[in-house]
Amino acid sequence: MSSKINARPEIQTRRSKNNSTNSGTPPPKPPRDPLGRLDSLTANQKPSWSWMVAAGGALVVSMVLTLLLFESFTWLGFFIIAGVLYVSSMYIVSRVLEDRLKAADEFWRHLIWTAFFIALVPLISVLWSVVSQGLPTLIQNPGLLTTDMQGVVGATDIATQEEGEPLQGGILHGLVGTLMITLLASVISIPIGLFASVYLVEYGNRNAFSRGIRFFVDVMTGIPSIVAGLFAFSMLTVGVELLIGSSPQALQSVKTGFAASIALSVLMIPVVVRSTEEMLQVVSDDLREASYALGVRKWRTIVKVVLPTAMSGIAAGVTLAIARVAGETAPILVTAGYAATTNWNPFSEWMTALPVFIYRQLINPTAPAAADPSTARAWAGALVLIVIVMGLNLVARAIAKYFAPKAGK
Amino acid sequence: MTTTSQRKDSDSTAQTTSPVGDKVFFGLSWVGGAVILLVLAFVAAFLLIQSLPAIAPDTFGPGQEEAIDFWAYVWPLMAGTVMVSIIALLLAAPLAFGISLFISHYAPRRFATTIGYIIDLLAAIPSVVYGAWGMLVLAPLMVPIYQWLNDYLGFIPLFAGDPQVTTTGRTILTAGVVLAVMVLPIMTALCREIFLQTPHLHQEAALALGGTRWEMIKMTVFPFARAGVISSIMLALGRALGETMAVTLVLSPGGFSWSLITSGANATIPAEIALNFPEAFGQRQAELIAAGLMLFIITLLVNVLARAIVARHAKKAEGLA
Repeated sequence: MSSKINARPEIQTRRSKNNSTNSGTPPPKPPRDPLGRLDSLTANQKPSWSWMVAAGGALVVSMVLTLLLFESFTWLGFFIIAGVLYVSSMYIVSRVLEDRLKAADEFWRHLIWTAFFIALVPLISVLWSVVSQGLPTLIQNPGLLTTDMQGVVGATDIATQEEGEPLQGGILHGLVGTLMITLLASVISIPIGLFASVYLVEYGNRNAFSRGIRFFVDVMTGIPSIVAGLFAFSMLTVGVELLIGSSPQALQSVKTGFAASIALSVLMIPVVVRSTEEMLQVVSDDLREASYALGVRKWRTIVKVVLPTAMSGIAAGVTLAIARVAGETAPILVTAGYAATTNWNPFSEWMTALPVFIYRQLINPTAPAAADPSTARAWAGALVLIVIVMGLNLVARAIAKYFAPKAGK
Repeated sequence: MTTTSQRKDSDSTAQTTSPVGDKVFFGLSWVGGAVILLVLAFVAAFLLIQSLPAIAPDTFGPGQEEAIDFWAYVWPLMAGTVMVSIIALLLAAPLAFGISLFISHYAPRRFATTIGYIIDLLAAIPSVVYGAWGMLVLAPLMVPIYQWLNDYLGFIPLFAGDPQVTTTGRTILTAGVVLAVMVLPIMTALCREIFLQTPHLHQEAALALGGTRWEMIKMTVFPFARAGVISSIMLALGRALGETMAVTLVLSPGGFSWSLITSGANATIPAEIALNFPEAFGQRQAELIAAGLMLFIITLLVNVLARAIVARHAKKAEGLA
């Protein structure tokens, strides 16, 4: 740590230079700030209200400039100019009334606050559009949740848009598809993920095999979701060609909910492994040793002592992993086909998941000439999807918080 | 949690269980680990098998005259993929640093925890929702901005409006903005973690020497966080490269063009696959899977590089502490 400070001695030299100049001169006059105030506490500080003046000035000047520069008033231009004016005027104020270092500090402080507010705008806009567009549709048509798209054709939507008929169709098949595909993916990935992380923490002992697994788990987290979908499709295609044959009907049978859940498993396993591994490592070795000292075998120690202690964290991690794959679109799009009717069987026929339904409604509206009903269904679906995913996230946090082991150490 | 009651239980039975239980459990765990290695090998292998007809049409496919030139086909797609990701990172990285610093060093403590929590929730929003927002809300808003960019900065090829400026706003720049909004929460979460790990003694020492807050950040936080920040950028890059739905929904696809503000002029690999794969069969399917293989290789390289940086940094940090 000391080497760190020695390596960067700017502060020290600068301060000592100040000292040496002061010591040579007669006792300094009582400090007097540029506004003429005589107060040793606030001397060399800009007045506390200066930011309000700068902000007000920036808003007014920006309003004028926006009107002059652009043909019509735009909020975006207004805020950009106002932001630039505010940050730079605060820098100048601080540079004049205080010193260079404080001015730099001031400049970055305001820039960082500005960055924060800029970043909030689109994020809030996303949430706001989904809620404001989806909620009215859902409230007016609660039937959306209990019907699928069977029998909804272009003519139905044209009637809805042009003659004010009630909105037909719904997202039931998407909900069922998401449920079945996510469930199947969890059934595949949770055991694999749990056993793999048990191996890493309890047996691996940092040997080459476990280091390899760790590395490839990290790599797996970076696999693009659509590549996972292509992988599941390719694997099942090869399997079907070998076992059943390469007739068009046989190849058609590759696209099922099961294929989608294999694709999702590729995305889910690394998430489960990483969170579970972290949780198992937190379990104190004292607990394990106490168990061994009582003569308990290793596997029973793991099942009866280690896993129950880490259970809340593991459950939270698994819930987060489920939330992540429940929102995936691309892998399901390329593996499960697209169906308008509710299909409960993931092992045969095409299946639609909620995200895929949203995507299809937006990109291929049921009635291309009258896309509004499709868009409305898509927004309603997006709202339901966000509620599901956020709900799972909140559940995960609640599990981690309320079921955490009381005597962790 | 319930260890006491369970221990009693195991106490009575432990002596009677045979080592078979141990062996079986070890075997299961080993298999779990092996499956992970297998899956990754399988991903590469099966993608390669299925894309051979497109990559080498003479040997595995229908022959040269029926197949398209795969590299000529995939090249513009790769360029578009990289371009949109770079736009996204250029926009998102400065903002992400700003927010992370805001949360870790500037915001009032209680406020900061809430913000961090909200950012984490935003990272969980599915990409199709961002895509819907980009397509229906953002794209129309961007049209006057593109018009303005073309009017005043049209001499730069990026804003050239070639052949004409978009009227729908569904261009690669809009896709880049949507991707930036998407990776922002992820990058922020990663950077915040790293900034918060800066040793407190370093920070306090800097303040005690009379440094302002910005000097303290410049001298203690940045040197400590440099490697971590680079790797978080790389991870976000990997995420942006592979992002499918947002781009598919926002971008109206085309070939490749330097102009960022023209509709139907650019495309990315994931969007190309998502748009065409559901209807594709035979040779076309092989081409798309081969394009997916290229994407897999690019993201693999980016991720391995990021991990290598993290690993090197971890060693350095150990020596420092």
